[in-house]
Amino acid sequence: MTSGFDECGMLSRSASLAPCASGHRVARAYNRRMNTNTRLHHAKPFGAAVLLVVAILFSTASRAADAPSIPDTLQQRIMACTTCHGVHGEGTPGSGYFPRLAGKPAAYLARQMQDFQNGLRKYAPMEYTVRQLSPAYMQEIAEYFAAQQVPYGRSPLPPVSAATLQRGEQLVSKGDPARQIPACASCHGSQLIGVQPSTPGLVGLPYDYLSAQLGSWRTHTRGTVAPDCMAVVANRLSASDITAVAAALASRQLPADTHAQAAGSVTPPLPCGVLGATGDGT
Amino acid sequence: MKWLLRLLLLIVVLVALLLGWLFFGGAHQPTSPAMSKVTAATLHDPALIARGEYLAAVGDCAGCHTAQGGAAFAGGRSLATPFGNIPVPNITPDRETGLGNWSFEDFWQALHGGKGRHGEWLYPAFSYTSYTKVTHDDALAMFAYLQSLPSVHLPPTTPTLEFPYSVRNSLVAWRALYFKEGVYKPDQNQSAQWNRGAYLVQGLGHCNECHAARDSLGGMPQDMHLTGGQIPQQNWYAPDLSTRQNGGLQGWNEQDIVDLLKTGQSPKGTAFGPMADVVATSTQHMTNDDLHAVATYLGSLPARTLAPEEPSPFNAKALVQQGEKIYTQQHCVDCHGKDGNGVAGIYPPLNGNSSVTEPSGINATRAVLLGGFAPLTAANPRPYSMPPFAQQLNDADVAAVVSYIRDSWANKAPVVLERDVSKYRQTPID
Repeated sequence: MTSGFDECGMLSRSASLAPCASGHRVARAYNRRMNTNTRLHHAKPFGAAVLLVVAILFSTASRAADAPSIPDTLQQRIMACTTCHGVHGEGTPGSGYFPRLAGKPAAYLARQMQDFQNGLRKYAPMEYTVRQLSPAYMQEIAEYFAAQQVPYGRSPLPPVSAATLQRGEQLVSKGDPARQIPACASCHGSQLIGVQPSTPGLVGLPYDYLSAQLGSWRTHTRGTVAPDCMAVVANRLSASDITAVAAALASRQLPADTHAQAAGSVTPPLPCGVLGATGDGT
Repeated sequence: MKWLLRLLLLIVVLVALLLGWLFFGGAHQPTSPAMSKVTAATLHDPALIARGEYLAAVGDCAGCHTAQGGAAFAGGRSLATPFGNIPVPNITPDRETGLGNWSFEDFWQALHGGKGRHGEWLYPAFSYTSYTKVTHDDALAMFAYLQSLPSVHLPPTTPTLEFPYSVRNSLVAWRALYFKEGVYKPDQNQSAQWNRGAYLVQGLGHCNECHAARDSLGGMPQDMHLTGGQIPQQNWYAPDLSTRQNGGLQGWNEQDIVDLLKTGQSPKGTAFGPMADVVATSTQHMTNDDLHAVATYLGSLPARTLAPEEPSPFNAKALVQQGEKIYTQQHCVDCHGKDGNGVAGIYPPLNGNSSVTEPSGINATRAVLLGGFAPLTAANPRPYSMPPFAQQLNDADVAAVVSYIRDSWANKAPVVLERDVSKYRQTPID
């Protein structure tokens, strides 16, 4: 366990009673309501009282035996998220398919859910899952994952040449001024660990995930509020640049501190809607 | 010979008239707002607008007339039907692309008569077969509300209907078969509450548009009303709404129905798929009186006689046993319980759940594949959710576990086969 969850924060996989399950309280209240009817059939107060107590004990016990006990935690509520992204948002670093959410800035995560809702980001299972969530609930879920601290897993790297890695490293730290490509570090932080409140870290992410995201900005399956600065950058990259930059980022060593940099510590070279800029940014 | 010439001439004239009617039939001059019998002052009445807002929520106008991520009521999306894609129009008061130049007379002609502003036949994707039952006063309130919305300039998408459906006048035949124009007439033998429920369910609520099977022409025969059916294109099954024996909601009482519509959940089941959207955008906003009226009416629907089930040549026993293993191993049991009764107020029961036992098996199959949150409502702002199993289970496993829950406890529904799962895995989500 990493960050401040009590014993109820863990999923209860058994049908036994957990001491903290308020879901159980709900079930008991429900039984109580049902037992009111039992009482009405018995006129004598003492007999009624005995019967009521027995009925409560019996029904609570029988229900407890069958009905699972469900903790009233956010972690329990968002199993639709954690099944793929991991209980602590660790993602699937081995396959690179389900992205890590742990430790990404909360406003960034909430924004992604909104983008799926609005169809700016396209992935049918995500669009289906978040389609109804309110801004408040999405913020709560985002804060949960932002607060998680789990070790980064290493993902397999494709075989790339030293020249490709060098080109990638150049794009990451210096960009390509001749083609108006800003350095990744100019927005995502000098250590590429992200910047509060809305810029995600890039270091420690799998190659497949990074290259797929850059590709999806070009094919309009990933976008965000205008001006969409990442769409501008992704479209200035060549196909080989995408391979190079994704490989360079995925092969970087993680810094000791992976918390996102403080808000306002970078000056983005392009207008970004997610950072509050308006207009179309072109 | 003169009579023969006259006869020929008569035939030519009749054919010409018929052709003219087919191609220009229904042509009609719109009523301008200035010429309307309804004054601007009437349309600006705040009380009328407020009532219209409520009615527009009951009718879930925004549910169809809003694109994903788009402005409410501004259209800009297509509705997929088996006959092609039909553009959903902008109903904000924009003059060029919305209802800005519409008078109430034009609106009434569309809602009540299924005809556009210029008299063109409207495609019944716009559910005027139901809306024709809406009263003049309610229609006026909704029109006042729609005219009070901020204008959004958004042109409609292009229709992509296949021939002969692309010829609007082919709707003449469709209307003759399936459309009966007329405001709801109260049944004097029933209570006011029952009549209010019937009015809402049959009219503005347009429940029938999903909860009835459609025939090959997309119409609904009168005797099939509310008996459940597969929703075309979306591939969900909208259950039979009768609470009587053999009905889809068998065992539901009035409060169960009210709870589901108000909160998204009830002790008998949780709304999901398209109904989750209906609850979130429409029914949760209904008054308790209206919800109880709806429940009273649904509770009175007659039981449906089911065709006797044909014995399946398929040996289901091994499949169901395999499903029971998955039910335990994949943690279904952790939330839905060994007895399939779920957890009150949190997770729905599977035992006796009409969405589990509906005839097609689509709902349970897709719920297992997609998972998802219970509807988000004012009563349930932080809903619990179900994991999607599309990534964890292959088609054979999904078929087994769905077959198990359809054939366990009090449930006695036919099994689901691997090939069905593979089909629904591919169904687009929206």
